[in-house]
Amino acid sequence: MASKVLVIAEFRGGKFKKGALECVAAASRLAPALGGGDVTALVIGGADAKAAAASLGKQGATRVLAACADWLAEFNGDAYARVAADVVRAEQPALVLVAATLDGKDVAPRVAARLDVGYAPDVTKLAVEGGKLAIARPLYAGKAYANVTLAGAPAVVSVRPNTFALLEAPGADAPVADVALAFGAGDLKSKVVAVEAAKTDKVDLTEAEVIVSGGRGLKGPEHFVLLEALAAELGATVGASRAVVDAGWRPHHDQVGQTGKTVSPNLYFAVGISGAIQHLAGMATSKCIVAVNKDKDAPIFKVADYGIVGDLFDVVPRMTDEVKKLKK
Amino acid sequence: MGEYRGADFFELDDLLTDEERAIRDTTREFVQRELIDTRAIELHHRAGTFPVELAPRMGEQGFLGPTLHGYGCLGLSSVAYGLIMQELERGDSGVRSFCSVQGSLCMYPIHTYGTEEQKQRWLPGMAKGELIGCFGLSEPDHGSDPSGMETKAVPDGKGGWVLNGVKRWITNGTVAHLAIVWARTPDGIRGFIVPTDTKGFSAPLIEGKFSLRASVTSELVLEDVHVGPDALLPGVTGLKGPLSCLSQARYGIVWGVIGSMQAVFDEALRYTQQRSQFDRPLAGFQLVQEKLVWMHTELTKAQLVALRLGRMKDEGKAKPHHISFGKRNNCWAAREVAKLGRELLGANGVCDEYQVMRHLMNIESVYTYEGTHDIHTLVLGEHLTGLAAYRG
Amino acid sequence: MRIVVCIKPVPDTAARIKVHKDGARIDPDGVKFTLGPYDSRCIARAVALKGAGEVVALAAGAAAGEAEAKKRIKDALALGCDKGIFVPDPAPENRDPLAVAKALASAIQGQGGADLIFCGRQATDDQALAVGPMLATLLDLPCVTDAVGIEVTGGSARVQRAAEGRVETLEVTLPAVITGQRDIGDEQYPKLKEILAAGKKPIAEHKVEWAAAKYAVAGLVPPPEKAPGKIVGEGPDAVPALLNLLQTEAKALAL
Repeated sequence: MASKVLVIAEFRGGKFKKGALECVAAASRLAPALGGGDVTALVIGGADAKAAAASLGKQGATRVLAACADWLAEFNGDAYARVAADVVRAEQPALVLVAATLDGKDVAPRVAARLDVGYAPDVTKLAVEGGKLAIARPLYAGKAYANVTLAGAPAVVSVRPNTFALLEAPGADAPVADVALAFGAGDLKSKVVAVEAAKTDKVDLTEAEVIVSGGRGLKGPEHFVLLEALAAELGATVGASRAVVDAGWRPHHDQVGQTGKTVSPNLYFAVGISGAIQHLAGMATSKCIVAVNKDKDAPIFKVADYGIVGDLFDVVPRMTDEVKKLKK
Repeated sequence: MGEYRGADFFELDDLLTDEERAIRDTTREFVQRELIDTRAIELHHRAGTFPVELAPRMGEQGFLGPTLHGYGCLGLSSVAYGLIMQELERGDSGVRSFCSVQGSLCMYPIHTYGTEEQKQRWLPGMAKGELIGCFGLSEPDHGSDPSGMETKAVPDGKGGWVLNGVKRWITNGTVAHLAIVWARTPDGIRGFIVPTDTKGFSAPLIEGKFSLRASVTSELVLEDVHVGPDALLPGVTGLKGPLSCLSQARYGIVWGVIGSMQAVFDEALRYTQQRSQFDRPLAGFQLVQEKLVWMHTELTKAQLVALRLGRMKDEGKAKPHHISFGKRNNCWAAREVAKLGRELLGANGVCDEYQVMRHLMNIESVYTYEGTHDIHTLVLGEHLTGLAAYRG
Repeated sequence: MRIVVCIKPVPDTAARIKVHKDGARIDPDGVKFTLGPYDSRCIARAVALKGAGEVVALAAGAAAGEAEAKKRIKDALALGCDKGIFVPDPAPENRDPLAVAKALASAIQGQGGADLIFCGRQATDDQALAVGPMLATLLDLPCVTDAVGIEVTGGSARVQRAAEGRVETLEVTLPAVITGQRDIGDEQYPKLKEILAAGKKPIAEHKVEWAAAKYAVAGLVPPPEKAPGKIVGEGPDAVPALLNLLQTEAKALAL
């Protein structure tokens, strides 16, 4: 039984995805319990990905395989899965990890199908217990967690970003070896012909993963630019309380609450919103609620997971700056 | 799907056909998107206007005259029809009233008592919501007792008729293209299809209503209104004509008010679970639970009555006294439920940001029209005793 | 065009999901099912694309069981699909996505293939996002996930894919498997006459030998209790600590 872990490390926009680095770090921590051996990272992409490949050693990869060519520079699920499945067949790892990004969740199930093995998507727990993989993943939008078992080797797992920490003491670069590609661009039945930056405006409130909502504390429609700037950094949608909609500061379709929309995002920022029951009716089921309000007794703090007591005109610009810094 | 889900304590969904359930669900979706999410109903209610732009939309969905066969109508079961009325009234009684009047009070008599020519002329446009009807029976001095009707239709000697009189409390009056007018003739009470652009016909709006504000109510004034022979509904003479229409409409109300109860109960339950006073949710207090349980119990009983009545109607077994039972009980329950729901929302319950007050205001009309609570009591009293208390 | 839309009944998003006390499944009490929201949007797009062809609604591996699956096929028929295919399943609970993909592949091959196959990007219950790409792999077809637009010309399609931070446009030869994001089509609700017409459309059964599970749910647990809220601090200086908590503790902020 092979005892290696292989990470398909996603490289996009000139760098490795944080989730990919987390997977490499996790693999290096799990490898000993799986019987030791190499922690191999597979990099699929163009020349820039290859140039960065060695750096995965810093997060614990002992070797890196680079399947890089110009025609692989743009993501292509058909091609990436085929490359990855070929490499997995040759390497025979016990475990294949992918970050559960959109691209990761596109590739991983195809790899599992090509190999006819089990696939656990979007896991939030991955450990070795009693020599076996212990895997858990959220179902029903996080209303239940399933402990899952996989059959066949290797186990293919996509890991939700932010599940694992990066290594605290990063190591050195790892050696990089080229992978011989068994097919070429001409064999593909799908091809990316254009890529545009996503329009950051307007994911609908009811679909948004992150919402930044403002209330009367904004003091006027002109100050919503503060929230828009933060939302742009977070990829969030801007919402509003009824008070500011009634005042004509924001359109009705931005309204969260009793007579507005009912939302349940992963992260909800209530900025300058006191938290009247009408507003809570529309957002109380958000998975994580952050309140910014200068009144420490505002009812919004009763439902918030995290709060900052302070003047939003100071707090929000700072938050925008700090998020910018974190993204760099 | 929206977040609203009706209470179904005894799993009555299991007694519906797949088709009936699908019809209920799609109507619910229509109401959520067209009336509630857009705030249309709140704003029309505030302005005292009927959302007339919805008439063709409702026609397209199939909500107008849906139990009738042919002429663009769908031939649905009575239960399916009831479920449509229920969901529309979950939105607002005014919108449900519009469909009741269009389908049960106007399309039904044309379909049942009209000539083939009349049916062809009116029904397809009415089913599409392009032509709107109103129903003229009640008069300023004759409400519960229509047999005292004063409106008269006199033969003009050339096969046509001349109508004179005043009708009152007429839903859709100002937006209608045709009026079904019941009038006294030498042969007894007859029905006439009167185009509202006929000379001498006018429909002054009744202003200042505190109820059914999202529905228009008017008088119909007929001053020497001259109609041709093709206006007369030939198939019926006597009060049984309008009363048969009312039986259809009352049946729809039996279901409609369940929608009102559902809206109020749903809102009150959510509100009391969410709002805390004295450091716990309102719903955790015994007095609040007592009210919620009472509301839910009456809502559930009303559902059982409506479903049984609907099945009997489809089997041809429902008699007017069965319909009176449903109208009387369910409207009463909805009125009490609306009051309790409003109480549970405290001060918030008087604002139109919440629905309870609108339903509470609406139910006063629904409790009163198409046979008041007391009149239906007397119908049932007569059924039980054989003695008609409203006749001398 | 001959288009197959794979559908699945899922609990409606307002349903209160609780883990059953047996720890193996969701407590079905009071849970109502609907057609997957992405599925119905895919149907809208498929019906618009079909031209002189037909749209087939195909259901396999529905945890909700046979009766629910057939109801949802009827929903799909009311939304404009021309016929339905149902794959009976003796053990539908927590069905392995790979086994579902195999069953769908068998059903599609069994009815002579398709020019285009749609799946919703995910079912809102198990949220695997796996069946579509797996199905494509088994049928050796190209696959575009998270599609927000598609135009078909001759034997190929131009598809917009909503990736992270970017929108890709792909040229894909047909047949292909497309998983639909929200914008693939409009959310819709049927007219009553469409519901009546759906009752007259055919629903066929396609039996398969279900493949052994490669993925199994050993048990379900409720989510961890939410910690009581905390005030991170006062003023702008509390911001770094807040963001750190959002990343490490709440895992709610992925940058």
